[in-house]
Amino acid sequence: MSAFALHTLPGRLSRLFVVAVIGFLILPPLVVTIAAFNDKALLAFPPEKLSLRWFAKALTYDDFRAGFRSSLIVTVWASSIALFVGAAFAFALDRYEFRLKRTIEGILLSSLIIPHFTIGLGFLIIAAQIGIARGFAIVVTAHVVLVLPFVLRSVYVSLRNFDRRLELAAASLGASPLRVLLTITIPLLLPGLASGWLLAAILSFNEFTASLFVTGQRTQTLPVAMYNYVREYADPSMAAISVLYIAATAALLTFANLYLGLGKVLNVEQPR
Amino acid sequence: MKTRPFLAAFVTPAALCAVGLVAAMAAILQYSVRAYIPGSLEPGGYTLSNFVALMKPLYLRVFIDTAWICLLTAFATLIAGYPIAYALVQAKRPFVKGLILIIVVTPLFLGEVVRTYSWVIVLGNTGFINSLLLKLGLIASPIQFMFTTFGVVLALVHVTLPVMVIMLAAALAHIDPAYERAAASLGASPLRGFLTVTLPLSAPGIIAGVTTAFAWTFSAFATPQLIGGGRVNMVSNLVYQLGFASFNFPFAAALSVAGLAMTFALLGLIRLGTRRFENVGQH
Repeated sequence: MSAFALHTLPGRLSRLFVVAVIGFLILPPLVVTIAAFNDKALLAFPPEKLSLRWFAKALTYDDFRAGFRSSLIVTVWASSIALFVGAAFAFALDRYEFRLKRTIEGILLSSLIIPHFTIGLGFLIIAAQIGIARGFAIVVTAHVVLVLPFVLRSVYVSLRNFDRRLELAAASLGASPLRVLLTITIPLLLPGLASGWLLAAILSFNEFTASLFVTGQRTQTLPVAMYNYVREYADPSMAAISVLYIAATAALLTFANLYLGLGKVLNVEQPR
Repeated sequence: MKTRPFLAAFVTPAALCAVGLVAAMAAILQYSVRAYIPGSLEPGGYTLSNFVALMKPLYLRVFIDTAWICLLTAFATLIAGYPIAYALVQAKRPFVKGLILIIVVTPLFLGEVVRTYSWVIVLGNTGFINSLLLKLGLIASPIQFMFTTFGVVLALVHVTLPVMVIMLAAALAHIDPAYERAAASLGASPLRGFLTVTLPLSAPGIIAGVTTAFAWTFSAFATPQLIGGGRVNMVSNLVYQLGFASFNFPFAAALSVAGLAMTFALLGLIRLGTRRFENVGQH
């Protein structure tokens, strides 16, 4: 029985509060959606006439298109590298004791607490010092470091729930360690690997502050292009592209929740 | 090495990433003690003048404002987030649970730009709230939300709420419901059971949530930049301005170092102040 059953006064008040906070959470995306479909360039609530012209304008705007392409390149590289690095390390963390284990883990997780602008500035200085231009390499590196904790967590949780007897059975039947890894461990870990990759990809695609420091004109990602747009123009094309962003992110997360169990990855499920 | 197959192959890439991050931080540390040569991207000799310059009232003010905004945001987020986390963990129907989870988590993955822009539309002088209130005749002229600390904190709470809810829910989910039942069977009212059993047991989650919210708020850039509009400045805005408007990377680095030091110091203080709750609920 819950402490806040509906029939009690604190129960009703807390229910009201929960609804209010959820309203607070969905108000901005809701308002942006209305603004995006509004025909007029000036904001007006409620809109007098609906249209799709801002979507058309956003989708044909050169900087957004180029930004989207850059974002795609950065996201695919960064999330795939992070998946490989993170999954391998999570495996080692789960199975083995080795020197500097906690040190490496601590450093990698520290990117959760270090401000993104600090990480961006650091990689920018490194790029300047070793004389590489502001190409994709430095952007991808920064993104890998930023999303790695999420991959680690996701894969580590799957490894904790992993039945190792299946590996032992395969090994006792004469399978080599490599064969066990490829035919038993990795296939069974697929949901964890997939959710780790998906979280990393979503985060990388949305990353802004560090990208602002490490991207140049040529490597400008979509969030950076959007930021530059907001600073210069005030028309609702930005609202239109935001709606596409919000819809895509919510859809991917719903998918992740249905097929991969977001609650488990985020550790908010009650253990049974 | 038969007992530890693939060890080197699995650890090396992660170690390289760790080295990369350490190198980036070392680069900042090194630049923070170099002189700035106007008009040049190359830093000059070693000096402590950057840190001395930080003591100017102009910069101290930004640090104090930043700390204040971070604290306000962290505690507002805690108050807003706790009931949501509780509802999330208590929800029985998978559909309700999934819905709350998606609504809460989606903003976490939406970049700062989209979220901040949404708030600009909500809070602007011709934005949603002001249009609504004007139309209803409740106000005669728009309320100024933009360029105020209130507006910035409101948007920042929206940014940090998801991570707070996740941390609190993780703590709440791992509290054995038998404790609350035991309290009830001994005659405690549900409210009393919650206040004396569940709330203290979730203390580690509260501490983790507040510290993370603090660190995330400190990391925010687009929100203070766009909603603060130059009138509410945080350390991040100053770092960017110095780095990209005047190319004074050594001073930007010094600001970053001081910012990190301040974050760790304040987080340390929060930890120290709450230490007695840390071990609550551990067996």
